[in-house]
Amino acid sequence: MRDDVLSGGFAEAPVEAARAFRVALEAMARPGTIHTVSGAAAPAPVSVAASVLLLTLCDRETPLYLAPGHDGAAVRDWVAFHIGAPLAGPGEAMFALGGWDALKPLDAYRIGTPDYPDRSVTLIAELPDLEAAGARLTGPGIREAAFLSLPEIDAFRANRALFPLGWDCFLAAGDRIAALPRTTIVEAL
Amino acid sequence: MTETAYNFAYLDEQTKRMIRRAILKGVAIPGYQVPFASREMPMPYGWGTGGVQVTAACLTPADTLKVIDQGADDTTNAVSIRKFFQRTAQVAVTEHTAEASVIQTRHRIPEAPLTEGQILVYQVPIPEPLRFLEPRETETRKMHALEEYGLMHVKLYEDIAHNGEISTAYAYPVKVEGRYVMDPSPIPKFDNPRLESAAIQLFGAGREQRIYAIPPYTQVVSLDFEDYPFEASKADHPCDLCGCGTSYLDEVIVDDDGGRMFVCSDTDFCATRRAEGHRGRLAGEDLAEELA
Repeated sequence: MRDDVLSGGFAEAPVEAARAFRVALEAMARPGTIHTVSGAAAPAPVSVAASVLLLTLCDRETPLYLAPGHDGAAVRDWVAFHIGAPLAGPGEAMFALGGWDALKPLDAYRIGTPDYPDRSVTLIAELPDLEAAGARLTGPGIREAAFLSLPEIDAFRANRALFPLGWDCFLAAGDRIAALPRTTIVEAL
Repeated sequence: MTETAYNFAYLDEQTKRMIRRAILKGVAIPGYQVPFASREMPMPYGWGTGGVQVTAACLTPADTLKVIDQGADDTTNAVSIRKFFQRTAQVAVTEHTAEASVIQTRHRIPEAPLTEGQILVYQVPIPEPLRFLEPRETETRKMHALEEYGLMHVKLYEDIAHNGEISTAYAYPVKVEGRYVMDPSPIPKFDNPRLESAAIQLFGAGREQRIYAIPPYTQVVSLDFEDYPFEASKADHPCDLCGCGTSYLDEVIVDDDGGRMFVCSDTDFCATRRAEGHRGRLAGEDLAEELA
């Protein structure tokens, strides 16, 4: 087995996962804020931020979809060794990992049901960069307005229109992480 | 058995991941009750098993934890939970609201305004606001799905018809972000306006296996009628120890002759004010005299 498959996990899982979760919680509760994480490294092309999220949130109970570009032998082996999440198609996945365009079409994912809107996918979208400029964000978790460089606007607006259904999205770029829950209202500037 | 025999913050990692996923979905759908696989905790139901599990999933070693029970830091429930996390998570603890990064509460929101970077964890007995109106889970779930909350307004109307006012004084129902009607846990309705906060608010119900959340700066409206608007009421007295006229008060019987005093329910708030030199009717020597 290759070294990059066995390495790249948390050195001290309980404490590092706890810190990583707090970052994920802050990001999801305050859309548009950008945070930095460290401590995990899945094989390329998975970013540090996405690796940390996978280790913190995924396990044997969470079907995971690897989008084209992220679906390869090395990443599959890393997921199998460190996480044990069953790999699944977009229609069954609780988490989906990939580049923004590779994750499409977005209507293939679970958006929950009126009875159980929580039974929806959480996307982990890999972006080349993440900065606090671009689309204007308002809604729960945001005092007045936040700004975030989103890959596009329309998909997030269509998702907001589904509320209380819809998917939720983590954005990862290198070791930087932000999140957009389904409640956030996105406007182009 | 020693403390090191336990995983950090007591729960195993698999359980914490499951709770963390539920918390994130709760934050993404404000006011919606996310089902979760609540675990047996080393304390009985009703002692905050839901809140403890949420706190365990949130704590990091760098946190400073405050635990209150109806505003007080020094009651059995608060002391036990604080000790539990001191032993299993080795976190720092405090009684000062401003110093805490995570606050677990039973039935109060601290008087001092919460800030960004703080998390308030509520212990919730019955998370379903419609439960006493409709006992079937299948029906209440459908009512939430269809946004069918007429029954709740009928209940508030009947309050007015019977009592001349909305007599619900605690666990006063709220509507979160214009969508889900939510039980804010049995906090006095005096605290309802502070549900709109800069802090992250998480709610855990252990026996009922539900987690829900209010993200910061989220609209939280107490249900009411145009001609009977919501009113955040409290006992019409100042605190007898610190003299504060705006805090929520507990009534304490002090003798067998009907003597009573009113004191701040938030012990840290009251102690801080007294340390600043504020004095109420029965503070210090006056109180000793009264009791003698």
